[in-house]
Amino acid sequence: MPSITREEVAHLARLARIELSDDELDHLAPQLDQIIALVGQVSQVAADDIPPTSHALPLTNVMRADENIPCLTPEQALSGAPASEAQRFRVPRILEED
Amino acid sequence: MSDLTRKTAAELAELMAAKQASSVEVTQAHLDRIGAVDGAVRAFLHVDTEGALAQAAAVDAKRAAGEELGPLAGVPLALKDVLTQEGVPTTAGSKVLEGWKPPYDSTVVKRLKAAGIVILGKTNMDEFAMGSSTENSAYGTTHNPWDLARIPGGSGGGSSAAISAYEAPLAIGTDTGGSIRQPGAFTGTVGVKPTYGGTSRYGLIALASSLDTPGPCARTTLDAALLHEAIAGWDPMDSTSINQDVPPVVAAARNGDVAGLRIGVVKELGGEGYQPGVEARFHEAVELLTKLGAEVVEVSCPHFEYALPAYYLILPSEASSNLAKFDAMRYGLRVGDDGTNSAETVMSLSREAGFGAEVKRRIMLGTHALSSGYYDAYYGQAQKVRTLIARDFAKAYEQVDVLVSPATPTTAFAIGDRINDPIAMYKNDLCTIPSNLAGNAAASFPCGLADEDGLPVGFHVMAPVMRDDLLYTVGAALESALAEQWGGVLMTKAPELEVTR
Repeated sequence: MPSITREEVAHLARLARIELSDDELDHLAPQLDQIIALVGQVSQVAADDIPPTSHALPLTNVMRADENIPCLTPEQALSGAPASEAQRFRVPRILEED
Repeated sequence: MSDLTRKTAAELAELMAAKQASSVEVTQAHLDRIGAVDGAVRAFLHVDTEGALAQAAAVDAKRAAGEELGPLAGVPLALKDVLTQEGVPTTAGSKVLEGWKPPYDSTVVKRLKAAGIVILGKTNMDEFAMGSSTENSAYGTTHNPWDLARIPGGSGGGSSAAISAYEAPLAIGTDTGGSIRQPGAFTGTVGVKPTYGGTSRYGLIALASSLDTPGPCARTTLDAALLHEAIAGWDPMDSTSINQDVPPVVAAARNGDVAGLRIGVVKELGGEGYQPGVEARFHEAVELLTKLGAEVVEVSCPHFEYALPAYYLILPSEASSNLAKFDAMRYGLRVGDDGTNSAETVMSLSREAGFGAEVKRRIMLGTHALSSGYYDAYYGQAQKVRTLIARDFAKAYEQVDVLVSPATPTTAFAIGDRINDPIAMYKNDLCTIPSNLAGNAAASFPCGLADEDGLPVGFHVMAPVMRDDLLYTVGAALESALAEQWGGVLMTKAPELEVTR
């Protein structure tokens, strides 16, 4: 019994916004199944009372002075845009048709 | 004049300071070398001939004007293609970023430029630094200069291959799970992962933000230390940057005295799965350090065995989130924008077309690990294991000053050998991953050639947070003792590459 099915992989691909082909799904499902078996070993560690570490060093909130500093010009910010129009990023329609 | 490409960065700096060579001459010599051997090695994705010569000429002009210059001024360097350099193509080894020219410099690049270091070009890497061989680059595999049929390691295989092929005396890498140290070990060169937060991540295209660390690659310990000093230190542009003085790495590399240093051999990083030639060179190096006055004991870090599974939950989780920014809207590849497709469809088509197989695997794995119902069992549990690994380190450092192990279980493997077996590929990083999870400093230094295959072996040193200087102490001691045996550093044993015109 695999720990992850082809259907679940297809669902993950939709969540991750990757339009996987059928071939890729055929390959990925068994590979992910193997990898999940490997990473699942973490469950062998008794760690119920252990606090989680999200970050190796203690994190403190970092603020900078509330001052204007130079930033990218609109031309620079748009320089890598796939499409732009009137000094803005041009994007495909964001609402569904109906 | 003798071949400038065979000199160390420190020697080149000295020559230039004494006005026996100009930076333009030194830079041109390395550009010529790239022209002669990179067709076979393929370390570079982009060579910035004009930009490099202009930077070199600017350094020469400053020197002629009597301006005070940094210790590496005029020395050329190869830059991993994961760090932004204004106006120079930056791809992170991905089709998604093909042709992208960043509008800003990363902090590392800013500091290199301020130090007068000449950037020759951008080096090949596994896509978004996901891999251990450069085989995951969208632009083809880099070849190991020691044996062109083998991988140079990864993800920073391009940077390590460039210095190993004498295309540059220095290079920058980034280390998330071993991407500086493992290629260093495979190419007979020095690779240092500074303490997390000791070098800035600003302008580093993120893989896993809690692990990513830029650092130096070089052919000698002193060169690595000089470069380390040039790029390290607090950066207000990186919220996890450490606001403390840079550890005295150059002084440590010049001193290299291990008398009285307490060294712990990690019991768990050896034995089954480790190549005999790797273990033999490693144990000889430990003996050598003992002869030099170090006190060696065996140390147990029982949770290291779970570092690999924990890492392959934490890294994909962070990566799946970081790579969400490649949405085809503001920069990068856009596919399927035909006027009828929705933004969401264009996003999915673009990510499908732009990402390679390994990147997709890890995004899917991370998405799975973070999804509701699995979060506690996977990501949450991995974070607890991370705590236990950090505790193993803390406990060990109560007894010893540094920990040591082989840098990798094997030497460089053949191109194609592990590309269809993700788990075999992941196991490359068994020894290097714990230091990324705990954030401490670590490095690989050349310690000889394995008997079975004549390929380089790396000696791995792990030091506590912000004790990066101890890495260089051990590295320098080992390097000078081994050079005495061999009549030069390990790189002098590398085969000559065929030169094409």
